[in-house]
Amino acid sequence: MGSTFTFDHDDPNNAFITICRQADYGDGPLSGIPVAVKDNISTAGIETTCGSKILKGYIPPYDGHAITLLRSAGAAIIGKTNMDEFGMGTTTENSAYGPTRNPADPTRAPGGSSGGSAAAVASGLVRMALGTDTGGSIRCPASFCGIVGLKPSYGRVSRYGLIAYANSLEQIGPLAQNVRDCALLYSVIAGYDPRDGTSLELPPPAPLKPEIAGKRIGVPTEFFGEGVDLDVASVVRSGISRLEDLGAEIIPCSMPSMRYALAAYYVTSMSEASSNLGRYDGVRYGTAPDSFRSWHDAYSQIRKSGFGEEVRRRILLGSFALSAGYQGKYYAKAQAARRMVRDDFARLFRTVDMLAGPTMPCVAFRLGETSDPLSMYLADILTVPANLAGVPALSVPCGTAHNLPVGLQLIGKHYAEDEILSAALAFEEGSA
Amino acid sequence: MVTKEDVAHIATIADIGVDDSELELFTGQFNAILEYFGVLDSVEGGADAVHSRTNVFREDLVKPSLLNDEVLMNAQDPEDGFIRAPRVI
Amino acid sequence: MTVIIGLEIHCQLNTKTKLFCGCSTDYRDDGPNTHVCPVCLGLPGTLPVTNKQAVIYALRVAKALHCEVPAFSEFARKNYFYPDLPKAFQITQYDKPLALGGYIEIEAEGGGEKRIELTRIHMEEDPGRLVHKGSGDRGRYTLVDYNRSGVPLIEIVTEPQLSSPKEARRFLNKLRATLEYLGIYDSEREGSLRVDANISIKGYERVEVKNITSYKGVEKALTFEITRQKGMIRRNAQIVRETRHYQEARGVTTSARSKEMEHDYRYFPEPDLAPLEVSSWVEEIALPELPDARRDRFMQQYGISQNHARTLTGDLKLAEFFEEVTSGMPEIAAPWTADILLGELNYRDMPVTKVPNLHYRALLEEVKKGSVTDTSAVEVLRLILNQVMEGQAPEMPGVIIARLGLSKEEGESFVEVVASVLKENEAAVADHRSGKAGAINFLVGQVMKATRGRADPKEIARIIGDLLKD
Ligand SMILES: [Zn+2]
Repeated sequence: MGSTFTFDHDDPNNAFITICRQADYGDGPLSGIPVAVKDNISTAGIETTCGSKILKGYIPPYDGHAITLLRSAGAAIIGKTNMDEFGMGTTTENSAYGPTRNPADPTRAPGGSSGGSAAAVASGLVRMALGTDTGGSIRCPASFCGIVGLKPSYGRVSRYGLIAYANSLEQIGPLAQNVRDCALLYSVIAGYDPRDGTSLELPPPAPLKPEIAGKRIGVPTEFFGEGVDLDVASVVRSGISRLEDLGAEIIPCSMPSMRYALAAYYVTSMSEASSNLGRYDGVRYGTAPDSFRSWHDAYSQIRKSGFGEEVRRRILLGSFALSAGYQGKYYAKAQAARRMVRDDFARLFRTVDMLAGPTMPCVAFRLGETSDPLSMYLADILTVPANLAGVPALSVPCGTAHNLPVGLQLIGKHYAEDEILSAALAFEEGSA
Repeated sequence: MVTKEDVAHIATIADIGVDDSELELFTGQFNAILEYFGVLDSVEGGADAVHSRTNVFREDLVKPSLLNDEVLMNAQDPEDGFIRAPRVI
Repeated sequence: MTVIIGLEIHCQLNTKTKLFCGCSTDYRDDGPNTHVCPVCLGLPGTLPVTNKQAVIYALRVAKALHCEVPAFSEFARKNYFYPDLPKAFQITQYDKPLALGGYIEIEAEGGGEKRIELTRIHMEEDPGRLVHKGSGDRGRYTLVDYNRSGVPLIEIVTEPQLSSPKEARRFLNKLRATLEYLGIYDSEREGSLRVDANISIKGYERVEVKNITSYKGVEKALTFEITRQKGMIRRNAQIVRETRHYQEARGVTTSARSKEMEHDYRYFPEPDLAPLEVSSWVEEIALPELPDARRDRFMQQYGISQNHARTLTGDLKLAEFFEEVTSGMPEIAAPWTADILLGELNYRDMPVTKVPNLHYRALLEEVKKGSVTDTSAVEVLRLILNQVMEGQAPEMPGVIIARLGLSKEEGESFVEVVASVLKENEAAVADHRSGKAGAINFLVGQVMKATRGRADPKEIARIIGDLLKD
């Protein structure tokens, strides 16, 4: 059975790079539901740009695995959402297709890099959307826009079709207006895929029910450390008190590896990115190279004009971190630090069921607020540990600070998405 | 400390064009960022396996390839089934 | 001046599919970019998954060459930018290769065996193929065919222990035979074995010669490069450490010039591929009979010489062919196959698999019966091979012998011919009478020519002797 969904809304927040006004859909759990997809997931026949000029006009001949699953669940894919170029950013301002505005306050950025997906959901254009999360790119915009976003465990959702920024860290995940929709979309995209060698065969997601009573929730002191906005901290602390009111046991704890997490994350992600982004030479797809130049001239020119500043900065830093003489100092040490983060989680999860804290140390940035890259990177400090360890984490709305949404982050054990989603549902509905 | 020359060298290795003005900007930013990365100096040990599993394989079974048209559809000026690239010699 | 040579050999594994995707590797007769999928085209978002059979094939080689297989090995990315490399990195193995050490034994210069040690064997993917077109600075361009992109390769690296181009050729012959016996390699596929060589004169800088695409070109390339280096030393010119390309057509090596980009490959472990933990598989791998074992068996079972046995087992197809045709007459089949047939095949660049063994066997039987002379038998063989080359159904030897009247005849029927040859070559006869060695051979040759080889030369010599006695 085939039907067509007509999408006739405007896009006031520039949430989309591509809108499919007529979207076919079939039967299934998502039948007829309009779903938006971040523009770094390959969609057969629909332009896929990663927010980059270098991929303008690229029409993939194949669907990513998550897209195949979406289509077979009956979803109507109504467009591709705006993002920081190749996922590199925390605001969705680093897009060749203009910044996206935060529906909660159009003078603010929606967060990033899945800002277009978050804005499309938060403004009600779609019920749910796919994002991707390499160091917080689902949870950050979910937090800033006041919606729910889940980064699944590494290996839970096939990365086949996810255009790589940092392979060892990233996952596709759902964003939705509420926990139930988030869990519904998650249940559709989760599953083993032999085309992704890091995908795992795991039991399918369990049906969702609110459940928090008796859970032991660890709260690392480092999650409220230096740099966390005091109003945000207080909103999140009161959120954690609500968890306690619902029957959870709150256990203060410590995560010393947090000291290294951000550096380990950036060194790893930039290194992988510097390699992943070498392929955009315009030969097989994307903006074509100047045919009158010789290969290296044309290549270096296309990488200069086709990539934005942040992408080029990260390619250069990643190349540096992998280069002869520096690899031992940066890449190798980052992997060792990553092991420490994993070990810290493993140790904590022997005594607690999940961890809680703020998703972001602040509320949504004003558009154009920060131009210094390092201070921008520091905003990711609370989201990157889950990516380094490969554990699931979500952000659920928890109140407002400075009149802007604040997200509560729940981090679960490996493959315990059900557990943190159930806790988030209880939190959202205020019942255990 | 990295110098402008270091950044220019990396730009050569990475084969990515950088303007003189950008070189100035990047050098300053890189120094701040690399100083922050210096926290890793105190980490013990070296490269650890990124992977938690070993031996992930597929069987040697032929799957359909793309049609030549699909291979060429995003390429500029293909010629007799080939994809065209700038001169290398 | 002592020559030091080390080789790096790239060998395509003949798996059905590529190393990291399900595209067929059998693209020989197909057009460009017809065996390509999103993975081997490096489309954004695609991921590699390792072909298990390729790992098994590589382990087979490692076991046959006596390598050590470490508990863990891993794939790494070698980053460089070239249009034949669609991901801008090659998936290869770096500091944790599949196999370490090992050796190959070759025939030593003065007889006996010489052991050439290996450094390592690792797996990697082949890049695509480039065709250079156009002319002039602005008119030149490159065409790319990605059919080869992702075909599994093993790279075998030797220690610098080869001391001459001839030794290098022997090494490669032995290696090639072994790979063929292992059933992991197709020698008939163009470019399936490619060689890079490190060459130095002891005490001087080392030069890398790349791009030797046919294994036959190796001896020529090495000889040229050694002569070049020795010449420079004699002229007191400085040999610089550099990479040179072998120009197959011209038989020379040319400097790759340092105008090429400075290389820093920025290796790191491939995040999309789990490491290999396969050392325990080695034990379960059953090896077929390898060239050395087969050579020894041939000597024992067929009673043939070591040289013949070595030649016949030096190529799997040749060894198999020999075993099919030799029954009951190895003393004829061995020299005929190793000395005569092989020469005829090389001359025609024809694979032994094309020789019709029914016809060949029948020919050997004629030789054994003595119904044709060796000279006539060679003529028959050439005719059969030419017929095959021209795509005709070959005639049976008996038919050819009858048609051309090549039956060996008794000596007496040639007395008249001999007599007339003696009459026409009085000078040679005189030389013979005066005891000049060689005159008799000339006379025999003239008779053979006149009888188109049907006569037995020994018989003719006897008749000449008899006639001149009178
Ligand atoms: Zn393929």
